[in-house]
Amino acid sequence: MSLELKNVEKKVGLETHIYSTNLKLEKNTINILLGSTLAGKTTLMQIMAGLDKPTSGEIWFNGENVTGKEVQKRNCSMVYQQFINYPNFTVFENIASPLKITGVKPDEIKARVGKVAELLKLSAMLNKKPDELSGGQQQRTALARALVKDSDLILLDEPLANLDFKLREELREELPKLFEDRDCIVVYATTEPLDALMIGGNTATLLEGNVIQYGKTLNVYNKPENLISAKVFSDPPMNIAEISKSGEIFKIKDNNVQWKSNIKIKDGNYKIGIRPHNITTYKEGDNSVEINGKVLISELSGSESLIHFTNGKLNWVSLSNGIQQKNIGENTKLFMNVDEFLYFDTNNRLVTNG
Amino acid sequence: MNKTLNQKAWFFVIPVFALVAFNAVVPLMTVVNYSFQETFGSNVFQWEGTRWFKEILHSERFHASLGRQFIFTFIILLIQLPLGIAIALTMPKKGWGVPVCLILMSMPLLIPWNVVGAMWNIFALPDIGFLGNSLNSLGFDYNFTQQSGDAWFTTILMDVWHWTSLVVLLSYAGLNSIQPAYYQAAEIDGAGRWDIFRYIELPKMKKVLTLAILLRFMDSFMIYTEPFVLTGGGPGNATNFLSLDLVKMALGQFDLGPAAAMSLIYFLIVLLMCWVFYSLMMKDEGRT
Repeated sequence: MSLELKNVEKKVGLETHIYSTNLKLEKNTINILLGSTLAGKTTLMQIMAGLDKPTSGEIWFNGENVTGKEVQKRNCSMVYQQFINYPNFTVFENIASPLKITGVKPDEIKARVGKVAELLKLSAMLNKKPDELSGGQQQRTALARALVKDSDLILLDEPLANLDFKLREELREELPKLFEDRDCIVVYATTEPLDALMIGGNTATLLEGNVIQYGKTLNVYNKPENLISAKVFSDPPMNIAEISKSGEIFKIKDNNVQWKSNIKIKDGNYKIGIRPHNITTYKEGDNSVEINGKVLISELSGSESLIHFTNGKLNWVSLSNGIQQKNIGENTKLFMNVDEFLYFDTNNRLVTNG
Repeated sequence: MNKTLNQKAWFFVIPVFALVAFNAVVPLMTVVNYSFQETFGSNVFQWEGTRWFKEILHSERFHASLGRQFIFTFIILLIQLPLGIAIALTMPKKGWGVPVCLILMSMPLLIPWNVVGAMWNIFALPDIGFLGNSLNSLGFDYNFTQQSGDAWFTTILMDVWHWTSLVVLLSYAGLNSIQPAYYQAAEIDGAGRWDIFRYIELPKMKKVLTLAILLRFMDSFMIYTEPFVLTGGGPGNATNFLSLDLVKMALGQFDLGPAAAMSLIYFLIVLLMCWVFYSLMMKDEGRT
C-alpha cells in the first residue's frame, strides 16, 4: 500500500496554493506535514482525500490512479481541528455512522464500536450527545469515527490544536499507539515541531505551498536540507547569522564572535543556524563559545527559561534548562554549543552540521 | 467577604418600569377593565363579571374565526417552512449571487403591509388584474371576491409571497454558520445529499428554525392588514380571521366589552401556543 502524489499542483484563481509536489507515503507510516498556517497542509490533505482536485498532476493509491475518484468511493477518514461530530447523534451513533452507511451488520457494528470506544476511553459515554462532552472527549469521538472504519488513509488535520495543554499532551502520547497495528497510511498536519518530534515517523516540512523536505523525522530535524526546512522545524525560531571562514577560524560577521573548528569546508562566506537550546547560560558540550548579550525578555516556564537578547544588530533567542533569572536590560554571558551548529552556504543549502 | 448594603441600584430600574407601565401594563389593564363591564358610551360603566368571557367562549362566531385562524396559520407554516428551507439551500454561498439573492429576498419584507394587500388586490382582480385575468383566460373560473376557495388561495399565496423570505433569510444564516468541515466529514463517511441535510443541516439549523416557526406563527396568527385590504374578510365570512373579527366587533358594532374579552382570550391563546412551541422545540437544549 502506498500513496503517491505526482507533480500535484493546486491553483485557485491566480493564486497557487500548492506548487508542483512529489511525495510518496508508504504503508504503515505516520507522516507529519509540518508548516505554519497557510503553508498548504490542509489543501494537500484535501487533495489526498479526494475532497479537492489538483489543478494538475496525479494521485496514485496502491498502483491505481485515483485522481478523479470521488471521496465517497475512497476508503479514507479525516479528523479536523474543530471537533466535528453529528450534533444530534449519541457518541455510539456517531462512531457507528460510517459503518451504517456502508451497510455493516448491527452485531458487527456494536462489536467494532465497542472496541474502538474502549481504545479511546469512551465506553462510559456512548449514550451521551457530543455537546455534553468535554472538548477532549469530542475529539476522541471524532478520532473513534475515523478509526472504526479501517480506512486505508487516515488524515488528521491539526487534531490537537483546539485542546488545552494537558489534554493535548495526553492524546499526543496515545496517538502513535492507536495507529501501531493498523494497516494504513496516517497523515498528520501540525504547526508545532514538537508534535512531529514526539510522534516520530516521517516528516515533510512545508512553506507557502512548497514541500521543502521529506524524510524520517529525526533526519529532517538533524540534517535539514536547507535553511527553510530548518526554520520550519524549529520552535522557538532558529537563530541565523552570517559568518565567514578562513582556515580554522569562523567568525560571525555582525559581532566578531569567533570559534575554531576543523570541519572540512572551503574558506568563504556561510550562514549558521543555531537552535535556541544550543545557546545556554551554562557551558554545554566540549566546544562552546561565549556570546555577550543584553537581555530583552526573559520567560520562565519552570523547567525551562527562554531568554531573548541582543548582540550587535541581531536579536537572539536562547533556551536554557531550569530557572535562569535575568533582568531586562541586564548584560549577560551565554554559551553557544559549537558542535550543534548548522552551516548553510549562501544559497541556503546545508553544507554540514557540527 | 463583607458586602455593603446599597439598594440605590433599584432607582435605575424605575425608568424601565415607567416605560413598560405606559406601553404595556396600562393599555392592557384598560382592556381588562372593559372586559368585565358593559358600557354605552358617555363614560357610564356597569359591572358584568365574567359574562363576556362566557359568551365569547360559547359563541359560534368566535369558534368559526378561531378555526379559520388555525387553518390559515397551519397551511402557511406548512408551505413557508419547507419552501423557505429549500430556497435557502439553493442560494449561492459566495460570489456576486449572494448580495443579489439577499436583496431580492428582503424586498417583499420591506413593503408596507397595506401596500402588499392593495398590490395583491389589484394583481388578482379577475377582470383587470394580471393574475386574475391570466387564470381566467387559462380556463379557470377564478374570482376571489366571490368564491371563498379563491379568496383563501389568494390570501395564502399573498402571505407566502410576503413572508417566505423571512424563513429563507433565517435558514440561510443558519446554513452559513455550519463549518465546511462538517460537509467534508460527511462526504468522507460516504453520506449522500439527503443524509447531509437530515443529520447535519437540519440539526444545525434547529435554533433559527425554531425562531422562524415562532415568528411566523405569531405574525400569521395576528394577521390583519393584508387580508383586510385584500378581501376584508369576505366573501361573506370566508376569510374573516380572528383579528378582523375582533376589529369588526370592537369598532364596527362597538361591543367594547365582548371585544375586550375576546382580545384577552386571543392574547392568551397566542401566549400559550408560543410557550408550547418553544418548550417542545427546546426540550433537548436544557441539558447543555
